[in-house]
Amino acid sequence: MTDTVDTVDGTEAVAEEKFSARHQLRRVIQGDLSSLRVVFGLIVIAIIFQVQEPRFLSAENLTNLMLQITTIGLISVGIVYVLLLGEIDLSVGAVSGLCGAVMVVLNVKHGWNAYLSIAAAVAVGAAIGATQGSLFSRFVVPSFVVTLAGLLTWEGALLQVLGKTGSLNVTDPKITGLANIFYSSTVGWIMAIVVIVAYGTVLAIGFRKRVAAGLADRNPLPLIVKFVAIAAIVIAAVAILNSDRGVPLALLILLGFVVTMEYIVKGTTFGRHVFAVGGNAEAARRAGIRVNGVRIAVFTISGSMAAVGGIMAASRLFAVNQNSGGNELLLLAIAGPVIAGTSLFGGRGSVWTALLGALVIGSISNGMDLLGLSSPVKLMVTGGVLLLAVLVDAVVRLQRKETRAA
Amino acid sequence: MSPGQPLLQLEGISKQFGPVRALDRVDFAVNAGEVVGLVGDNGAGKSTLVKAIAGINPPDSGTIRFAGNEVSINKPQDATNLGIATVYQDLALADNLDVVANLFLGREEVSPGVGVASRRLDEVRMEHEAGELLSNLAVTIPSLRSEVGMLSGGQRQQVAVARSLLGDPKVVMLDEPTAALGVPQTKQVLALIKRLRDRDLGVVVISHNLADVFAIADRIFVLRLGRGAGEFRASEANEDQVVAAITGLGDGRGTKAAARALSPTADAPAGADKPAEGGTE
Repeated sequence: MTDTVDTVDGTEAVAEEKFSARHQLRRVIQGDLSSLRVVFGLIVIAIIFQVQEPRFLSAENLTNLMLQITTIGLISVGIVYVLLLGEIDLSVGAVSGLCGAVMVVLNVKHGWNAYLSIAAAVAVGAAIGATQGSLFSRFVVPSFVVTLAGLLTWEGALLQVLGKTGSLNVTDPKITGLANIFYSSTVGWIMAIVVIVAYGTVLAIGFRKRVAAGLADRNPLPLIVKFVAIAAIVIAAVAILNSDRGVPLALLILLGFVVTMEYIVKGTTFGRHVFAVGGNAEAARRAGIRVNGVRIAVFTISGSMAAVGGIMAASRLFAVNQNSGGNELLLLAIAGPVIAGTSLFGGRGSVWTALLGALVIGSISNGMDLLGLSSPVKLMVTGGVLLLAVLVDAVVRLQRKETRAA
Repeated sequence: MSPGQPLLQLEGISKQFGPVRALDRVDFAVNAGEVVGLVGDNGAGKSTLVKAIAGINPPDSGTIRFAGNEVSINKPQDATNLGIATVYQDLALADNLDVVANLFLGREEVSPGVGVASRRLDEVRMEHEAGELLSNLAVTIPSLRSEVGMLSGGQRQQVAVARSLLGDPKVVMLDEPTAALGVPQTKQVLALIKRLRDRDLGVVVISHNLADVFAIADRIFVLRLGRGAGEFRASEANEDQVVAAITGLGDGRGTKAAARALSPTADAPAGADKPAEGGTE
């Protein structure tokens, strides 16, 4: 009997080795490199606009683009967490407006210290997120409905907070500086070097650890390629930004949040549990994960990131008004990560898609502005891009299912 | 493993769901290094018995002894703490996570350190341990980093079984481990179950497939309408006798038709393995 079993195992192993080679190829197409798909899309967008309007790739316009995507990108960071759970948060636009207003009102009308006002605004966002998360998980109401109710409520709260004037200017340099400070060339290059060295060190330590454990079966070439690519992007970005106004603080804030939140979701137990709950909540529950705790934490993150986005928006506009956090901000913040490959159905994605998605949406909007297209056209084109991205996602998902069935 | 003293022993276990008596004074025992096949018709109480042991539906009355000591199992955590692991039919795997992540789900290992860094997942150690565990069990999967959703049914079953072993249990209960598997995959899973026995674990296998049960079980325990309806040494019994106990029809002679109805593969050559399987002692 043992003999027969061994034979069975043996033939299976051979079959699976073949499967493995094909499997790797599929992985490249479907998984790891889905972000490359988006980068390719970005390049196409850039070429199209550059051909029609040579100012598109100018240092000045690219710097503007970075400032334009800050708010959407920051809100999307929180949205990625919610999407990973397979949920949705429709309140983030309204929360960002409300929290921006809270900060400005506290600072301007009540004379609070700028940092205290910012902290209060983030706390309000976190509290709103925690409340919505608790309601959703405790009473098993769809997050769609809870946050839709939130959208209306917090829009009302925004009008209430703003009072009769309906608009409020902010002049405190500590607040306006967030979106309007640029660093000198020297500082920019020092930051570039620090980032590149830190990234290289992290990669090298990780690789050595795997080698020590006997797990590094591949050569370091892919890592080196990755390192060179990232280093090149950082150097190019700093060079371009330096030739205009310099590296903007807003971009550093956005990148800081993206890197930190990506680390949390990919590198910590909490992040692993977010993926598990999004993939199979019942399996997570049986594995002893406090599913509701994870859900509440994720909505708290979403509310907090919306607040941070709202703060940056107020800083950039030097004001808050009744429209803050309104219009298509909410939908674009959700569309961004989805365009860049985070699944709407939970369990798949990364925080980088918040940045990439914001870049795609920001580039399209920025480019169409340069071309002087009207807002109806802009909306329709953006809608088309979102639809295209979701269709691509759906096709990939279907292929994945077929692979499994085969 | 002290001879004569079962690892897990249930006496007079009863469980009532409203007017339905799901379990009626059932006595059941598992020894270390033994595979017990738990068989019975639909609604016979197999799952209820497993859930009682697993702490999901604690029994209304009766005593449970584990390694000789009387214990009470009132919630799943109690069973886990005692060293009783259960692999349910739906496997409870997260398809979007890879094999390593699934194996360590809910008990992730973190790097030593302070502050936020202390919560960093130790992927290297987990992958290393996962690799050792799976190769010890001779489980073959394309890669430890494959998404579980991409694996075949047999591979998923093996991953689920391997995961149950991470808590270092003494008893493993498997609910229909070979249901919906192809022939080679079934063989793999059965071989894995034998390796669990070789590790001196007590193994309980619920199955509808008598051929599979005879292929791996040392002892076969039959439930019928919530009562113990017979117990056989697999080496000494034949399928007709077991089918008779399951259906409650006669003494097992002339029930070949019933056997076929219950288990389409009952006539398959798998039965030829039977004599070879019996001798554990």
